[in-house]
Amino acid sequence: MSPILTIERLSARVQSRDQEILSKVSLSLERGEVMGLVGESGAGKSTIGKALLGILPRDVVITGGAIRYDGRDLLALPARERRQLLGAEITLIPQDPQTALNPGRRIEAQLTDGLRMKRGLSGTQAHDKALALLEEVHIREPERVLAAYPHELSGGMRQRVLIAAAFALEPRLVIADEPTTALDVTVQKQILRLIRSMQEAHGTAVVFVTHDLGVVAQICDSVTLLYGGTVIEAGPTANMLVHPGHPYTRALIDACPRYDRPDAGLHPVPDGVISAMRRDLSQRYGRPV
Amino acid sequence: MAEQVSSVAPISSDRARKVRRLIGRGRRFLSLDAKVAFGGLIILIGLALAIFAPLISPADPLEQDLMSATLPPIGFAGADPAHLLGTDDLGRDVLARLLYGGRVAFTVAFVAAGLAGLIGTVLGLVAGWYGRLADTIVSRLIDIWMAFPPVLLSILLVAVFGSGLHSVIAAIVIIDWTRFARVVRAETMAQAALDYVTAARAIGFPRLHVLLNEIVPNLWPVIVALLSLEAGIAVIVEAILSFVGLSVSSDTPTWGGMIASGRQILHQGWWVLAAPLAVLFVTVLAFNLFGEGMRRTLDPVMRR
Amino acid sequence: MIVSVINRLVVAAITLVGVGAIVFVLLRVVPGDPIAMMISPGASPADIAALRARYGLDADLATQFWMWLKALLSGDFGMSISLRRGVLSLLAERLPATLELAFAALALAVALGLFLAVLGTLARRTVCEPLIDALNGLALAVPDFVWALALVLAFGVFVPVLPLSGRINPSIDEGFVTHFYLIESLLRLKLTAFADVASHMAMPVIALGLPLAAVIVRLLKEALKEAMVQDYVLLARLKGMSELRLILQEALRNAIGPTLALTGVQFTFLIGGTVIVERIFSYPGIGNMAVDAVINRDLPLIQGLVLMFGLIFILVNLAVDALAAFFNPRLRHG
Repeated sequence: MSPILTIERLSARVQSRDQEILSKVSLSLERGEVMGLVGESGAGKSTIGKALLGILPRDVVITGGAIRYDGRDLLALPARERRQLLGAEITLIPQDPQTALNPGRRIEAQLTDGLRMKRGLSGTQAHDKALALLEEVHIREPERVLAAYPHELSGGMRQRVLIAAAFALEPRLVIADEPTTALDVTVQKQILRLIRSMQEAHGTAVVFVTHDLGVVAQICDSVTLLYGGTVIEAGPTANMLVHPGHPYTRALIDACPRYDRPDAGLHPVPDGVISAMRRDLSQRYGRPV
Repeated sequence: MAEQVSSVAPISSDRARKVRRLIGRGRRFLSLDAKVAFGGLIILIGLALAIFAPLISPADPLEQDLMSATLPPIGFAGADPAHLLGTDDLGRDVLARLLYGGRVAFTVAFVAAGLAGLIGTVLGLVAGWYGRLADTIVSRLIDIWMAFPPVLLSILLVAVFGSGLHSVIAAIVIIDWTRFARVVRAETMAQAALDYVTAARAIGFPRLHVLLNEIVPNLWPVIVALLSLEAGIAVIVEAILSFVGLSVSSDTPTWGGMIASGRQILHQGWWVLAAPLAVLFVTVLAFNLFGEGMRRTLDPVMRR
Repeated sequence: MIVSVINRLVVAAITLVGVGAIVFVLLRVVPGDPIAMMISPGASPADIAALRARYGLDADLATQFWMWLKALLSGDFGMSISLRRGVLSLLAERLPATLELAFAALALAVALGLFLAVLGTLARRTVCEPLIDALNGLALAVPDFVWALALVLAFGVFVPVLPLSGRINPSIDEGFVTHFYLIESLLRLKLTAFADVASHMAMPVIALGLPLAAVIVRLLKEALKEAMVQDYVLLARLKGMSELRLILQEALRNAIGPTLALTGVQFTFLIGGTVIVERIFSYPGIGNMAVDAVINRDLPLIQGLVLMFGLIFILVNLAVDALAAFFNPRLRHG
């Protein structure tokens, strides 16, 4: 089968700062695959996620390349068709459950927006579907939660609601934008497991944007590592974590705390690795990185 | 080729960035200062016209001439070139009356706004900084004041004091000190909660010292802006009181008095109403622009 | 919740008594004898004394205040000196006119303010936005007094389409039962009378409503723009909602709370503005009556009017708090 998503030589630029933030990024994602999009802040991982969803800030323009979803170039798609895809076939699990739910609307209204608008479900149908969804993301007392306002729920509960909303329309591609960053460590693990199980149950492909290799190890089938808007290394997770090909990857792995080996200590990424990589990238792209 | 481009590009883009930043800064500077400059200029012109009214006035504002009553402004049929803006129903020159009316308006604007600002700021500072009983009293007073319609209260006060310039000013001060007290109190409390104030207190500076040296400097933008807005309000209130017939005695020309007589002879001479109304409009707008602009220019962090 | 309501009511009562006391003292410690204004020049000292006694002006200040307060609590607002009628019945007769004016102006301000704020938010970052902002700044800076007179010139003189004074054409006699002419004529489907009352109200309503509309536009537009960049709006946009629907369904309900609170305060200013606007249009409401009462030094009437204004102001503030709680789910449950 053809990949659900391929990105070909995608480049983007911040106009106000006159700075390239993506340089010829290419990657490919199979159906039902979970790919970690990893990098430090500023590496371009969020820009890719936003480009996929068509929600780039006004300041950022795409200067070249293509995003192919199911064979169609999203960037060239007429606005109406793209709107049809977004929010239905391609959805988002946002970073901060605190701000991603409208404080003034009940959970039910927010959870069923898409069902009613895009699927044309009636009020009761949408209600039943919402109940089922909440049960699927292991929310107890779903009736009570549906009637609640966001401020009455905990952060973890809200993130579950947002995951339910993201999977409500049976999407084929979900962009998870650091969905566990804003959560307690104890909740993080449950949420990761939930995303994985939802993804498996629905056969959905997931682009998992994160800066945390530990998260990647838990959930991702493959990894694309970014630095300075370029792909440093890409490949199956197990492979890459065990046999990193690039010194930067190696250094990043060493910098992760090892819960299984508490005596190993922490190793910050050595300056030498970064500067060597920058030199290397500058030469490759003919610009400072 | 690629190398060449790359070695040039950063410099040119650097320069472009610098130029763009300069343009942005210039534009911001202009847009902020345009308000201050424009408002300030109008206020200064108005002030100069009022001060030098005896020198530049084309006629005696009190001189009646029933033979040339309700003459239209020049440009309209039947106008007399001696009366640029026409005459009122008693044949008095409208322009002359506008100029002299400006003297009352600006006196009230500056004196009333200054006094209201002084009293309101002091009470606001005391309430916001020392709190407790002082705050309770000031807040309760403000609540009571807020329960009066200000226009009614000013009419009431002037009726009580007797008409005249002093009563008008006193009425405005008595009513509008709360505008300053409310804002200054809230701002003082907001500032007092910040760490730099705590730090100054921790060093051991006396309370009054901290208030005057740490907090008050941060309140200036707000106070200056309020003063300018208040000056505009004072001009309006004076006009309203003159309109009702409670301001200065009727033989002193005022904008409000002109408006009132213009309202009476609306259909015979609309310009008697239109001229002072236009002047009032421009004056109030100028004070608003100036205050608005000042707040932003003086405020280092551009709050709100 | 109940405690805070009671607390507010107590504060409101204290404020009202304060208002009453201040006006009472103010009017009596200063020169200006209301009796002197109503007697004929040839009245004997005995007549004057009799009149003073009749209006209770011969006792000392504390006694007068106490008598007044006692009478007030039993519903007796006293007699108007200049109009020689009970203050309460005068208020009952004139208050509806002012209430109709004020609420019509409020309705206009809210409708216009909502419309322009949403329009301005739709047009954000386009050339239209600075234009809307500039016009709004103008409406904000210029007070109702000036707007009223500008309207007089515009629609009374240059394009004379609206009546300049009064509340209803005297030739129209519908035998109104209440003093709410606008509402009653509408309910009884007397459309000619309704159109006439409405046309009389048009200019004062616009003059009063315009500055308040401008306040609403400025506050609400800022709040809307702030809400429109929130994550939940982004998610809703992904769901495919139109920009207008995003504003109305997602942003508005979160933006409206703070605006509402300030609109309430501004509405009290609007009510205060009726005093001068009614004067300009010779509109027979309590504001116009208040100016006459002050000029005539009609003490009982002034006191009644000021208390009435104070009461309205306090009620408005309470209503605003209730509404704000209704619009904010956090307050509703918390």
